[in-house]
Amino acid sequence: MITVRMLFFAHLQDVAGGQELDLTLPEGATVRDAADAMAGRAAGFENLLTHTRVAVNAEFADADTALKDGDEVAWMPPMSGGLNERGT
Amino acid sequence: MSNSVPLLTRETIDMDALSRAVEGPGAGAVVTFAGNVRDNARGQDVLYLEYEGYEPLAAKELAALAAETERRWDVNCAVQHRLGRLEIGECSVGVAVASAHRGAAFEACRWLMDTLKETVPIWKREYFVGGAHWVEGPGTVPIDPFAEKLEARP
Repeated sequence: MITVRMLFFAHLQDVAGGQELDLTLPEGATVRDAADAMAGRAAGFENLLTHTRVAVNAEFADADTALKDGDEVAWMPPMSGGLNERGT
Repeated sequence: MSNSVPLLTRETIDMDALSRAVEGPGAGAVVTFAGNVRDNARGQDVLYLEYEGYEPLAAKELAALAAETERRWDVNCAVQHRLGRLEIGECSVGVAVASAHRGAAFEACRWLMDTLKETVPIWKREYFVGGAHWVEGPGTVPIDPFAEKLEARP
């Protein structure tokens, strides 16, 4: 198993009840697996992949990005307008 | 890009420092932009704002944005975004662009600001009488009134 730190921004902090949350996932898990695990926790997380940009260790990533132990995954709602071409 | 002005700050933005960072003997034009906190939004009176972001990525994106601006228009530019609580009238983002002639400086500054708002992971919370909300996407998301971090004081 691996442990990754989820970082939440803007209204997602209210959904998460905080700015950070550690998540345990199987080896080989991807960003999509992390999103699916969050979707099971609260109603506000059901559209993470389509409604946020994601970064792993401060680099933009996407649903297929592989995760390893200790990674930091940031979920970022759009700041204005819509998601740009890097949106997932 | 000049790196003498930090990309992110929690202090008052110094517009003169931004200008000094970009001006030079070949620059016939220096354009500056200050984004200040307005006292109203969407028909409501705003009490104050808070800006917070994913700082490592926000700094990277600001640096990349400045570099791209310089490349596209052959200009020199400096940008600084402020985080934390800001009162009405205070500056949340400052930009300075220097070029040989003014056309490029005006266009580059406009493009940088338009792009910054779309790409840099910094969000603002607007506080007004009766509540607060995040500004996200094309709209706003109310802040949970029972969340610990909400400050009800004006």
